[in-house]
Amino acid sequence: MTTGVSMTQSDASPSVPEPFRAPEPALEAPKGAPPAMPRQANIPLTDAAALEAKPILHIQELNLFYGEKQALHDINMEVGEHTVMALIGPSGCGKSTLLRCINRMNDLVANVRIDGRVLVGQDDVYAPGVDVIALRKRMGMVFQKSNPFPKSIYENVAYGLRIQGIKDRAVVDEAVERSLIASGLWDEVKDRLQDSGLGLSGGQQQRLCIARAMAVQPEVLLMDEPCSALDPLATSRIEELIFDLKRNYTIVIVTHNMQQAARVSDFTAFFWMGKLVEVGLTEKLFTNPRVRMTEDYISGRFG
Amino acid sequence: MARHFENELKDLKFSLLAMAGQVEEMIALTQASFNERSNAKAERVGQLDKNVDELELKLDQACIDLLALRAPFASDLRLIASTLKIVPVLERIGDHACNIARRAVLLNPYPSVLTGDLLQRIGDETHSMVRRAVDAFVNGDAEMAQAVIDDDDKVDALYGEINRELLRLMLADPLAIERSSHLIIVVKNWERIADQASNIAEEVLFIIGGVNVKHPYLHQPSES
Repeated sequence: MTTGVSMTQSDASPSVPEPFRAPEPALEAPKGAPPAMPRQANIPLTDAAALEAKPILHIQELNLFYGEKQALHDINMEVGEHTVMALIGPSGCGKSTLLRCINRMNDLVANVRIDGRVLVGQDDVYAPGVDVIALRKRMGMVFQKSNPFPKSIYENVAYGLRIQGIKDRAVVDEAVERSLIASGLWDEVKDRLQDSGLGLSGGQQQRLCIARAMAVQPEVLLMDEPCSALDPLATSRIEELIFDLKRNYTIVIVTHNMQQAARVSDFTAFFWMGKLVEVGLTEKLFTNPRVRMTEDYISGRFG
Repeated sequence: MARHFENELKDLKFSLLAMAGQVEEMIALTQASFNERSNAKAERVGQLDKNVDELELKLDQACIDLLALRAPFASDLRLIASTLKIVPVLERIGDHACNIARRAVLLNPYPSVLTGDLLQRIGDETHSMVRRAVDAFVNGDAEMAQAVIDDDDKVDALYGEINRELLRLMLADPLAIERSSHLIIVVKNWERIADQASNIAEEVLFIIGGVNVKHPYLHQPSES
């Protein structure tokens, strides 16, 4: 084979050892058909389901004023069902304000004026006569600083159900267990459910708050810098949790940590001075953003 | 913080340019070793290759460090990722230059078998592609990078032409066979260098526009 001399049928006979004379086996695939692609890693990293998700959260022409000062300018965006949307931008850019618009938390702020529409599914959050309490049941919220109630672990998670007037012990037990399992806390606390929630570590407290938010089975989970007070280990547990949760929940997360946005979200929206500068696939936004300002911000060259 | 990182990226670019400079010098020496029948210049190519290898190791490490420690995004990320791919390409170009220079040493004592300027032209054309690919990288010049990719066809044509000519010479005169077979390897290496130059140009286009321009046939709509 290494001589480079082509072997014809006639000189292949007695001197050629047996194995070399075996006829070439026919190719399995029909002639001309392209060979099948081998198994591949999941490339690109974007979840294909996220691309096809139907929008569940619609924000349309949203403007928000604190007194005279306009904090949000004409925001238009959609969040797909069971996807993770990260809101990023410098402090004061309006990302937390927007998050709070979604479950009407800004109603509590004096002098606030909001126009435009926020739809969850088909329902306008700001429609006159909307039952805000019922609305907030559909949207769990997790804050920057974990804020468990000074109650037992069990009662923390059961709180939302108690408010709803659910008394059936079996139903509450089931919801507590389900939520704690989903938030990854169950194995750590199942033997001490009656201990105070305040006795848990920071990361555990944050996961307890996530379990509490999930107990009422909201459609949307709003997270306002949920890991900013946590160490890397607790942070990575929450991030893993976000990954698992998005199978059943739609998540909007505000974060100052760009790596975190890149790791956990399907889509990212970049805000600046109350304006939505760019929104798009996270993978695209962090490798090749469309807008120069986004590029400058994510690569730390802002200002 | 950002300014500090900016300087680190500048250093990275500068080191890549230093490596490219060495490689270009190797190519120029390779051509000279042929034109001037200079064994000394051919030997010098081999010496420069050591510098190139050292720079490869340094740049590899620098890219890994920047990725790990600076977690770059957007154009910074593309620059570093593409540098990681350009570095081994430059190193390969250096190896090809060494291959050519070695054949020069073997051919130098004998009369040329190829008359005309074909050998000169394939060397010049390839050298120009490498130089322009590096210039396109320095200046972020997409047009120039595209021109390099397009010029690969010119070198391919020259490569075919020279091979046909060598085949003709070998058939006509068995005494030309030994020299011709050295030259076949020489032009094969020039042709490979031209391919590598267009690979660099493809990376330059990725750095500039974030679009992977490799294998354009895969982006065309299929026939079915």
